[in-house]
Amino acid sequence: MSLLAGNAFAADSIPASLTGAKGDPARGRAIVANRQVGLCLLCHSGPFPEERFQGNLAPDLTSVGARYSEGQIRQRMVDSRKVNPQTIMPAYYESEGFVRVAPAYRGKTILSAEQIEDVVAYLATLR
Amino acid sequence: MSLRTALLFAASLLCARAGAGEIPPSERRSGYDLMSRETRAMQDDDATNPGMLWVLDGETLWNRKAGAADRACSDCHGDARESMKAVAARYPAFDAALGRPVNLEQRINMCRSKRQKAPPLAFESRELLALAAYVARQSRGLPINITIDARTRPFLEAGREAFFRRQGQLNLACAQCHDDHWSGKLAGSPITQAHPTGYPLYRLEWQGLGSLERRLRGCLTGVRAESYPYGAPELVNLELYLMWRANGMRMETPAVRP
Ligand code: HEC
Ligand code: HEC
Ligand code: HEC
Repeated sequence: MSLLAGNAFAADSIPASLTGAKGDPARGRAIVANRQVGLCLLCHSGPFPEERFQGNLAPDLTSVGARYSEGQIRQRMVDSRKVNPQTIMPAYYESEGFVRVAPAYRGKTILSAEQIEDVVAYLATLR
Repeated sequence: MSLRTALLFAASLLCARAGAGEIPPSERRSGYDLMSRETRAMQDDDATNPGMLWVLDGETLWNRKAGAADRACSDCHGDARESMKAVAARYPAFDAALGRPVNLEQRINMCRSKRQKAPPLAFESRELLALAAYVARQSRGLPINITIDARTRPFLEAGREAFFRRQGQLNLACAQCHDDHWSGKLAGSPITQAHPTGYPLYRLEWQGLGSLERRLRGCLTGVRAESYPYGAPELVNLELYLMWRANGMRMETPAVRP
């Protein structure tokens, strides 16, 4: 039991920045709002009045920074399967173990470490 | 047959009958049901349905002699309204010579090359889509009717397996969107249950008619998975699974979709 709880806790958060530096919230917002780069609004909605088409398959991102620490947000960005193995949220910082990836994306992560940090910094401001 | 095998057999029959078992038959919805009133009206009225332009072209091609044999489809098949009635509703169908299922476009092209002695039409060409739309129009309103036997079962199972397989950089299975989240919206678009009731169909986003395979390639590209070439066995297997999964639903060709 304690072992399980310990594991769950470890997988719930990645406290350290992937780049060692703090991200830029303004760049992070642009990534989240861009359906080709972040893809977030395919599934999520959020505080983006300028974006008419938002998804409803996932929680609204408004105030996500009040619900989760930066480390918890980072874990969900890097690989949400660690929190929920059945999740439909893509693992944004994983490049291995996928099936039949299109050549242009093979061996690549969806976002770079720097982009992840920008998104984490932005989401942390949503309180 | 022992009681145990009999029971197992009955159970497997039940499973096969209940479709994938993912969406109960009473909850099945065509993409039509999830469209706006305007788009439904566009589909319903032949005068406004843009797909009817292809159907009319198809009728012309049906009656036009072609190839070294100098034969028209109608020379052998007569009036399509009779001879092609309910045909599209049972495709993909098994072809004994190839030993695997072929879709309607492939079947038409087989007549092009074998019977008309004409070069096959390119996938998604205006001519092939027009002929397929004209043939499938003769199934409009009729129930999809895929029967599975020992020869086609392995292809159905391969299609089903592909439907449930996570793939691509986004690591998503067809079923995760179309079985689990069909009532949801992906960036504002209703996801739908992926029933192929209306193909070939006119898609407003395409500004033209397209085949089911074009749609499937779109969804594969969407999850950043490697696509398949038109006519690839993997796509036909998926088509077979989707059509079987929609057994009993009414054909809508030429449908309109956003
Ligand atoms: C394919 C759908 C999908 C995409 C794309 C997606 N997510 Fe998610 N996300 C989810 C789902 C569903 C959840 C709910 C938890 C779960 O099921 O894992 C979630 C949960 C989250 C959470 C935790 C929030 C909470 O309230 O639980 C955060 C933060 C998050 N996503 C951020 C993002 C960001 C930022 C992006 C874009 C870079 C993104 N997501 C892209 C589906 C998606
Ligand atoms: C020379 C005669 C001939 C011509 C011309 C011809 N076909 Fe056929 N077609 C056949 C025969 C015979 C069959 C069934 C036997 C077979 O080929 O397997 C058939 C089968 C079909 C089938 C499958 C029917 C089913 O019940 O599954 C379709 C669809 C079809 N033809 C469409 C066309 C179209 C469209 C054209 C014109 C582009 C065409 N055919 C031209 C002889 C012809
Ligand atoms: C991320 C979610 C998602 C995934 C995964 C997905 N699709 Fe789709 N699919 C959609 C959306 C959204 C549409 C609605 C069309 C649109 O407006 O873009 C659609 C449309 C379709 C349609 C058209 C239904 C109609 O009414 O004509 C079919 C068929 C289909 N998908 C099959 C598949 C298959 C097969 C796969 C797996 C290879 C797949 N989809 C994977 C989201 C998805």
